[in-house]
Amino acid sequence: MSPLPLIAALLRADPGLGGVVLRGRAGPAQTAALDVCASALGPLTALHPAMGPEALDGEVDAAASLASGRVIRTAGLLARGPVLRLPSAERTTPWLAARLARHLDGCRSVLIAVDEGIDAEALPQALAARCAFHLTLPDRAEPLGPVPPEGDPPATVTVPEALLSEIVTLAATLGVDDPRGAMLALRAARGLAALAGRTAVTLEDASRAAELVLAPRATRLPEPPPEASDPEAPSETETRLPEDILLDAVRAALPTDILAQLARRAARGATGQGSGAKRRGNRRGRPLPARAGGAGNGRIDLVATLRAAAPWQTIRRRAAPERRGPIFRQDDLRHRRFEETSDRLLIFTVDASGSAALARLAEAKGAVELLLSQAYSRRDHVALVAFRGTGAEALLPPTRSLVQTKRRLAALPGGGATPLAHGLREARTMAVTARRKGMTPTIVLLTDGRGNVALDGTRDRAQAAEDAQRVARGLRGTDAIILDTGARPSPTLRRLAETLDAPYLPLPRADAQRLSQAVDAACAS
Amino acid sequence: MTHPFPFSAIVGQDGMKTAMILTAVDPTIGGVLVFGDRGTGKSTAVRALAALLPPIEAVRGCPVNSARRADCPDWATDLGKGTHSIATPVVDLPLGVSEDRVTGALDIERALTLGEKAFQPGLLAAANRGYLYIDEVNLLEDHIVDLLLDVAQSGENVVEREGLSIRHAARFVLVGSGNPEEGELRPQLLDRFGLSVDVASPKDIDDRIEVIRRRDAYETDRTAFLLRWQAEDAALRARIVAARKALRAVDTPEAALRDIAGLCLALGSDGLRGELVLLRAARAFAAFRDDTAVTRTHIRAVAPLALRHRLRRDPLDEAGSDTRVERVIEAELGA
Repeated sequence: MSPLPLIAALLRADPGLGGVVLRGRAGPAQTAALDVCASALGPLTALHPAMGPEALDGEVDAAASLASGRVIRTAGLLARGPVLRLPSAERTTPWLAARLARHLDGCRSVLIAVDEGIDAEALPQALAARCAFHLTLPDRAEPLGPVPPEGDPPATVTVPEALLSEIVTLAATLGVDDPRGAMLALRAARGLAALAGRTAVTLEDASRAAELVLAPRATRLPEPPPEASDPEAPSETETRLPEDILLDAVRAALPTDILAQLARRAARGATGQGSGAKRRGNRRGRPLPARAGGAGNGRIDLVATLRAAAPWQTIRRRAAPERRGPIFRQDDLRHRRFEETSDRLLIFTVDASGSAALARLAEAKGAVELLLSQAYSRRDHVALVAFRGTGAEALLPPTRSLVQTKRRLAALPGGGATPLAHGLREARTMAVTARRKGMTPTIVLLTDGRGNVALDGTRDRAQAAEDAQRVARGLRGTDAIILDTGARPSPTLRRLAETLDAPYLPLPRADAQRLSQAVDAACAS
Repeated sequence: MTHPFPFSAIVGQDGMKTAMILTAVDPTIGGVLVFGDRGTGKSTAVRALAALLPPIEAVRGCPVNSARRADCPDWATDLGKGTHSIATPVVDLPLGVSEDRVTGALDIERALTLGEKAFQPGLLAAANRGYLYIDEVNLLEDHIVDLLLDVAQSGENVVEREGLSIRHAARFVLVGSGNPEEGELRPQLLDRFGLSVDVASPKDIDDRIEVIRRRDAYETDRTAFLLRWQAEDAALRARIVAARKALRAVDTPEAALRDIAGLCLALGSDGLRGELVLLRAARAFAAFRDDTAVTRTHIRAVAPLALRHRLRRDPLDEAGSDTRVERVIEAELGA
């Protein structure tokens, strides 16, 4: 049964728990979940993931201000209701995440974040860390039980010292490094006890809290319990440590695809994906000073216009005493201007197969590092895809952290077959996602071109080459550059480059300067 | 905001605490950059420090918290009589803040109602003589960073816009925090921070339990918890006040200057800012420890804080700057 009604009751009793992240696609399950939240917590104030400070904190109400001759501010959304609903939470801007995080720290609001992200897209870590509960919604609606009644909660709930240490130890075992995890679990345990009318937290409360709060945050799989090999197993249950009971609760709550999730999380770095990686590449919002100018087709910046007109009002009124309200002239008008720069994303797609030979792999890594330092000076984003053996893997989602990129690259093992088509396909997926976020992706492919694994996984050189060509055709229009790391230039790769309309550089003859020129050229186009 | 978490009650994180105390002893050291994992008490420490510091005397109604009437900017109106004591200002600079809000801009209300050009001071004015705190400093928009660089350098905020021509003092200790995994900091801004520390979650399970225990006590029974730590905070405050007084009297022998210069030379830190910061930090540390002269012990203790972010380094170099500093200290000052 879904723990959502219980979660809603806990949040109702203690807003300090921050909120709940509901992860799942839009659908009946999501609607039902939001209904439960609303029934327990009261009306939800809807936010928008890209909203700006004006809407959130209030702004000057231009019409009312003009009418009354004094500044009237509208109340922001944060002032409206204590329960906030953030739809499409995976698209939250870093600014909004920071602002909401500060708001939540004040324990004044409860956040219900609806995260509809796919794969690595997720709510910014700053917010996720402050929401006690993380829940993956089922694909189809399931009946949700009633929200537990408020009852008569005791004034204070104590936590036995032993349970406190257990919770912290468990958090450490599960690799939950942020102290907020343990803190929120503790708080949830208190809330559970209060809901049941108890004045002290019991082991049962603690294990339920661990299951709700710590399990979704786990970055490490706990050691499996030792096999009950000895026949005296039954007596073991009596001597079981509380820690084991907590651990079992968490283990039961871990989703079945935990390994895949862990792998994904590992790819995002130990502390999860930061808001930095989620930054909108296209900083549409960077406003420039408003510009004076009469008839333009841009949006009028009302505040700037008022500012420009304000100092003259007294004089103008003297000239035209019969006019009411502020008097504007053509040259008071100011237009909003935005600087729109699209961030570049370099997707390094690195062949780590055995045929790329380990020595060449080292050279390829060297080449990537060279390009990385250029990316640093241009403040580009970089991402890393590696392919070897039977498939490709996104080692690093788009980030600006070069230290991380370099670390991942250095740790990249080599060996196995060459699934070139898989690598290209992975790079394409990433490029598509990046473009959706407003970035301009460029794929940098480093391989010897000796692809020998077809997309269906069979070892067939001809089919592999055919598949690679097919994926490449789908990539047309995306900037790319191919660095041939083979000992001899490969004709297959040259054909691939032609398909992609990408510059082709055999690495043996590509010195640093040519490399950088080629990348510059690819990026400039 | 109600009483922040007591500074003395923060578990571990000695580097961060030392760095913050040093800037409190000598604000000219020029700010602290705290980089590290989430939930390591970065923001907590800043707020706690401000609550710890003794109040400052400021002219009533002065928008820039001036100590004397003569220091109040000429555009300031509504100045009150005499001075009053206020808490050391800590101003948050939120991400996505507008330029107007940072530097100050034309006061629309006064312009609309009275038709007069008046200046509405911004965050920089409010932070004068106090702390300017930027969380997630590495995600700050570039144009705001440019503004801050200029003001942090000159100690003065100059506004030339909308027909206004305004200047006022803006001397503050810049405190930035962030998570390096989310993006790098521009080298120019990095250089403006006097000290820098790396913080990490405690590795020791007992420390972790203690963190949670104290945090829990703070949240469930605040009054009792604050009372429990009052004495520690008061003692620390007294030491900081004493150190401020003693600062001028701390002797800096020729040998110490030579050590500092040698250290910076060996590390190849750019410019002279490294030397100056290291000297000031060592002096503040000596004053805080109630010593009368700067010795190698002091220099050794603060050198990593003052120099680790100044190494001319390959941007791709692993974060081994701490080890490099340690190695050079060993070589220069002996074990």
